[in-house]
Amino acid sequence: MKVLLAKPGLDGHDVGVKVLAHAIKAAGHQVIYTGLRKSIEEIVQKAKEEKPDVIGLSILSGTHQVLCEKMNDEMKKQEVEIPWIVGGNIPAEDVTELRKTGAREAFPTGTQIDAVVKYIGELK
Amino acid sequence: METKTEIKKEGIKKVFLESGLEVKPLYTYEDEYGKNPGFQEELPGQFPFTRGIHPLMYRKRPFTIRQYAGFASPEETNERFNFLIKNGQTGLNVAFDLSTQCGLDSDDPRALGEVGRVGMAIDTLEDFEIAFNGIDLDKITVSLTINGSAIVLMAMYFALAEKRGYDLKNLRGTAQNDILKEFIGRGTWIFPVDKSVKLVVDTIEYCAKHVPKYSPVSVCGYHIRESGANPVQEMAYAFCIAKAYSDETMKRGIDIDEFASRLSFNFDIYGNLFEQIAKFRAGRRLWAKIMREEYQTKKEESCWMRMIAGGGGAGLTKEQPENNIVRTAYYALISALSGTQTMALCTYDEAFTIPTEKSAEIALRTMQIMMNEMGICDTVDPLGGSYYVESLTNEMELAIRNEMMKVDEQGGIINGVATGKVQETVSRQAYEREKAMQDGKILKVGLNCFKKEEEKRSVEFHPYNVDAATRQVEKLKKKRAERNNEKVKQLLAGVRDDANKNLNMLTSIIAAVKEYATVGEIIDVLKEVYGEYQEPIFF
Repeated sequence: MKVLLAKPGLDGHDVGVKVLAHAIKAAGHQVIYTGLRKSIEEIVQKAKEEKPDVIGLSILSGTHQVLCEKMNDEMKKQEVEIPWIVGGNIPAEDVTELRKTGAREAFPTGTQIDAVVKYIGELK
Repeated sequence: METKTEIKKEGIKKVFLESGLEVKPLYTYEDEYGKNPGFQEELPGQFPFTRGIHPLMYRKRPFTIRQYAGFASPEETNERFNFLIKNGQTGLNVAFDLSTQCGLDSDDPRALGEVGRVGMAIDTLEDFEIAFNGIDLDKITVSLTINGSAIVLMAMYFALAEKRGYDLKNLRGTAQNDILKEFIGRGTWIFPVDKSVKLVVDTIEYCAKHVPKYSPVSVCGYHIRESGANPVQEMAYAFCIAKAYSDETMKRGIDIDEFASRLSFNFDIYGNLFEQIAKFRAGRRLWAKIMREEYQTKKEESCWMRMIAGGGGAGLTKEQPENNIVRTAYYALISALSGTQTMALCTYDEAFTIPTEKSAEIALRTMQIMMNEMGICDTVDPLGGSYYVESLTNEMELAIRNEMMKVDEQGGIINGVATGKVQETVSRQAYEREKAMQDGKILKVGLNCFKKEEEKRSVEFHPYNVDAATRQVEKLKKKRAERNNEKVKQLLAGVRDDANKNLNMLTSIIAAVKEYATVGEIIDVLKEVYGEYQEPIFF
């Protein structure tokens, strides 16, 4: 599996995304990490270039709904069909809403890292 | 030792602190004094200040309570400030939203959804005038939690003070303004590492000359630890950073004693209680020695490790969030027993969101209960002389010194940050810690032991105020229309000139903010001259 991890928006909390990057790598997958403060356009562009099997967005500032709507629009606009997931400071009640917005799955903080890695490994 | 034989015989497991030091089940006279025949009694208020920087500490003046606050627009934040002051808070700790922290105006497309979300939105000096309306800047000291765009926000604060008739010579307050730690954790960097450090040094130089009682930098071990560093690394990296700023400032011909006493620190509290207390006692001693022996400071205050402590977000849990109230009460105790100057606690709901008025009040009361009911202010350094704490203090001092040497051997902290080596180390440790937590090797109540199934969330969220964000954008547009734009243009050109000439940037930025140039406009000019940071990707 090739995984693209990205930090959209202005949020600089990258401990979680880097922990996940380590874990995904340890599970034998390939990880590309964009670094902080990327626009959704940049992330989708990167996905077009790298052709990952899955994209993971990490958002901890609370802007997940706004950014995920943008992600959904941009993916359609650039005609990219790669499953994408989102993780971060997401209240449990927002998870369903994020799925409706186009995220394949949403992982609130506190999710076991192994559970995320397993989910990614089993993605088709 | 007898205890060692006991441990073997009984099969008791060994205990190691997060910093790697082994802990014995019993400490005796031998541990503290036996190994140290040249032992001399240490006293608070005397070099090397292990027991505290003042002789009477809290008996004379209790720690300042300075909760982190700020959200939505300056209007809402002003209300919260007044609420906190009315309830007995003695200092302010200002939170800015991410657009302000990253140097973007509220109407910048990149700021969408962020305006006023995690702190207050500031675009022009008008916003500061509103936020601090009715607050006496002589009585309430203000701490600005701002880094990448700190020079602009500090300029605004100085401009505000001048406009309101305060003498800058007597103005007190603090800016976080520690950009090197932003590259390690927190991430609100803007410019390349060298230019970023230059701007920090500009503020130190300016304050030394014009605002001598202001603390221009609060060096943050805190965020480095939150990013994965252990307590020894937290102190070591912070000291290396403080030394780097000092070295760069001295290169401009400024004497160490002109600014060293205005450097302060911000540290993390979570983890083993005794390890943290020893960390601070050792830190105070080591910093004093560094300042006196390496930097040959003459003024006593130049040797003081002054600090804010009490927070420890990484120690809190989303599970059973009310438990965080208990955790933060212990954190308050740890920081008081460690001799902190200023205390700020995380609120119990901070794992979810920014604090509600209720949770902010609980945190405030937690500190007040300790301060007023527990006798915590009566005696200086009450753990001084404890065999365990003193012995651990000695071991921590040595460990911090060794860690600092490691950084130096690898080319210094600025280089370590620029190449991403430091980031790589702490992020790997964060991963190892997370793994240990998931495997139950590190216990966390409610998370990996004593769990409750199917919890219903009991935390009430602080709602995001969309209307305040809209109002903020409208206010900015109005200000841009009504200010003297010709003058603003000239002043921004002045900022560009000074940047090109490599001058101290504060003078021209203060002039620009006084005419209501925006945060984004000034930062954009600096970006044109300095360029932007390209993050090395390490994990």
